[in-house]
Amino acid sequence: MDQTDKNISEQNASDDIIRDATQGEYKYGFVSDIDTHRIERGLSEDVVRTISRLKDEPEWLLDFRLKAYRYWLTLEMPQWAHLDIPPIDYQAISYYAAPSAAKRPESLDEVDPQILDTFNRLGIPLQEQKALAGMAVDAVMDSVSVKTTHREALAEKGIIFCSFSEAVKDYPDLVRRYLGSVVSYRDNFFAALNSAVFSDGSFVYIPKGVRCPMELSTYFRINAAGTGQFERTLIVADDDSYVSYLEGCTAPMRDENQLHAAIVEIIVEDRAEVKYSTVQNWYAGDAEGRGGVYNFVTKRGLCRGYASKLSWTQVETGSAITWKYPGCILRGDNSTGEFYSVAVTNNRQQADTGTKMIHIGRNTRSTIVSKGISAGRSQNSYRGLVKVAPGAEGARNYTQCDSLLLGDRCGAHTFPYVDVLNPTAVVEHEATTSKISEQQLFYCNQRGIPTEQAVGLIVNGYAKEVMNKLPMEFAVEAQKLLSITLEGSVG
Amino acid sequence: MMNSSNNALQQYLELHDAHREAIDAHSAAPMRALRSRARLRLEPPARLPRKADEGYARTDIDAIFAPDFGINIMRVPAPVDIAASLRCDIPNISTLMAVVAGDEFRPTDTLVRNMPAGVTLTSFSEAEKTMPGLVAGYLGRLADADEGADTATLLNSLLAQDGVLLHVSAGTVCTKPLQLVNIFNAGIPTLAARRVLIVLEPGASASLLVCDHTQSRGIACLASEVTEIFLGNGARLDYCHLEESNPDTSRVASLHASVGADATLDINGSTLSGGRTRNSYTVHLDHPGAQARIAGMAIASGTQHTDNNTFIHHHAPHCTSSQLFKYILDGSASGAFRGLIRVDQDAAFTEAYQTNRNLLASEQATMHTEPQLEIYCDEVKCGHGATTGQLDQAAMFYMRSRGIPQAQARMMLMQAFMADVVDTIAIPSLRDRLRMLVERRLNGQQTACGDCAAACAPAPSTQP
Repeated sequence: MDQTDKNISEQNASDDIIRDATQGEYKYGFVSDIDTHRIERGLSEDVVRTISRLKDEPEWLLDFRLKAYRYWLTLEMPQWAHLDIPPIDYQAISYYAAPSAAKRPESLDEVDPQILDTFNRLGIPLQEQKALAGMAVDAVMDSVSVKTTHREALAEKGIIFCSFSEAVKDYPDLVRRYLGSVVSYRDNFFAALNSAVFSDGSFVYIPKGVRCPMELSTYFRINAAGTGQFERTLIVADDDSYVSYLEGCTAPMRDENQLHAAIVEIIVEDRAEVKYSTVQNWYAGDAEGRGGVYNFVTKRGLCRGYASKLSWTQVETGSAITWKYPGCILRGDNSTGEFYSVAVTNNRQQADTGTKMIHIGRNTRSTIVSKGISAGRSQNSYRGLVKVAPGAEGARNYTQCDSLLLGDRCGAHTFPYVDVLNPTAVVEHEATTSKISEQQLFYCNQRGIPTEQAVGLIVNGYAKEVMNKLPMEFAVEAQKLLSITLEGSVG
Repeated sequence: MMNSSNNALQQYLELHDAHREAIDAHSAAPMRALRSRARLRLEPPARLPRKADEGYARTDIDAIFAPDFGINIMRVPAPVDIAASLRCDIPNISTLMAVVAGDEFRPTDTLVRNMPAGVTLTSFSEAEKTMPGLVAGYLGRLADADEGADTATLLNSLLAQDGVLLHVSAGTVCTKPLQLVNIFNAGIPTLAARRVLIVLEPGASASLLVCDHTQSRGIACLASEVTEIFLGNGARLDYCHLEESNPDTSRVASLHASVGADATLDINGSTLSGGRTRNSYTVHLDHPGAQARIAGMAIASGTQHTDNNTFIHHHAPHCTSSQLFKYILDGSASGAFRGLIRVDQDAAFTEAYQTNRNLLASEQATMHTEPQLEIYCDEVKCGHGATTGQLDQAAMFYMRSRGIPQAQARMMLMQAFMADVVDTIAIPSLRDRLRMLVERRLNGQQTACGDCAAACAPAPSTQP
């Protein structure tokens, strides 16, 4: 091999490394060849009726959808976020896609092997004997739930964990009582859209005094092209109960943008506690910003009971655009809200995320810890509201949001809103923005740790406060994800 | 003036259109040029900001401008008692003082006699005679820029007839503080459109104290004030603003500054009494080494409303900025603070900090805070902190346990709370003065200005 050939092959090798770093990172980008039933693209009252008919829904739910749809027609997409969102053609999306199957599988043997394979590749085993000990999974592909594990074991304790569609059939009273009670269809543009066309999701009910013995988990997967995902999750924790709920999500790599507009509603009664963790890893688009999922989600919990507690933990690494503010309405006296977030953006990703803490009850407490990391040409914003209503005697909030900048083409922004209407409240907000310290990098380098690995280490240390709040299985995955997302962003 | 429309701006456009000739006739030439451009930009759909607009969450500018205010178009001299207002003079310090009665500039004899060489404090129309072209070269460049000029500022450009120029020539260090006393003494509801232009040539240095007072009582007054500051390389300006008017007086002010290389701008804005106040500060750090420090306080009671809005834009590398705003809100007072630090991609080695601390001293007091960071560069150290709460109970207990009565302990802690804002003032005698005013204000004493009969004490001798 002469010198030129050698140079070329070295060049190729280094190109490979770069490609691996920028494209190979998203290992969930495959498409499963599954026979999919999908309705025509477009959105109209007929489409809303069709979705309702396909899901064999009762009249009241169709009414709910139609009211939401008609309200949505009167709205315009809000523009206030620090995001550059290309126009979305709502008529170009198919609002319902489901893996074809004659009926819902009664046992695992009836589940399409392709689907099983898909979830196995994602590391989500649906076979119960193999399933992670202590975790029940509801797997949602495109618009429907394909399998919920451990249902029977949970049923013994009176816990309901099933797909939203089943809940509508089996527990209509519960669903009707709580649906839309935290996030009304009039809440915002995407909440109205979701309320009109939502397809499936999970329903959880923890009865009085029950501590859920395992982690409950929903895994969302967008598979079909040209679709959006509009799922709906409803969690009700009755008096003195406890549940930890995990949510994960992935999508294939496509050049088109896919819309994901979900709603999560949580109701926490007296002394109950709900822990909601998200590892969001939707496809983020390629290095040039082509493709990726638009993640516009409304998540809100109502701490209705005395001394109730709701804790949101989120690790946001995916999505071309993330726009969401998981919030807590602290209505019960002595209730507690927590929000722990790590949001990582790389390449051309954009994120405008944060939380809302609305203090209504007396002695309500909230803690916000937000860690933003921006790299490449991404824009990462924290936006959060802390509101203390006039009656929220003795309310207490502590907010800390830090931003870390990796690279000189990215942006990190902080937009907190603090509204205090009660003089006994104590509200604190702190924010810092900086880049990785040269000293820390140098310290790692001189001990033989390459820069890229050192950045991974430092970032993980920086995010540790939030990672510690995740359930163990998720924390390991999230830590890996963090390093992978930032690969190729340094040096 | 009829307020026929539900849009407060409309009545002023109608007034302007009807009296355009008279307004122009009383104006300095640079104001006329500004006015024509402003009129075009105020065509519908332009309107004054309301609470629903981003950045105005607690302050309805439209409502502040809505009453049927008169404007002194015919240049009737306001019956302001300058002798009385001279008592605003700060003891142990001789300032060079001028009065702005309503919107009319009146220099004092002391000022005219003692003006140091290289320093000019005069009206725009006078400046046109002595330094032609100077005002025109600067006026409107920041406040009326194509991007970001808000409607209230454009309305000021439309209605202001004359203005005040402070010019310090290159290398001149003006050791004597200059003072501008804004006084309202109105018989009918009045809007005064005040315009101030400050130009410090490279290496110049000056300090300016601006005080707001209202002599009339029970009559609604509105001050619309736009200040533009241009600091040349290495220049230094201490700008101190003190608002001590009354609940009938509202103030909508914006200050725009461009800071040159290695120049320093120090701003202290204190609102001790007033009605509804909206101060906005926009500072552009345009050249390397520029520095801006903004401090502000509000002590509000009754139904007083104070809103401070800052925007510090770091355009160039190696600039530093700091902001410190503190509020004590009593009665049904409401406060708002919104501060944005923006760091451009080229502004490496920026250091920018912002602090906002608020005390809510009563059941009905409310506070709204939006501290914001927008950062496009990684070589930065930026941070902000905001707190809203009450006096430290441990500190209170400490003082009570040493026999200090509750009310006095509370007073002392509040004074201590404001101490670091007072300490940002560079001139020692002015600092002492402000400390004394804060103490009096917290004591609830009506004589907000101490022995200054002009502004606040309704002594009959001061009535014209």
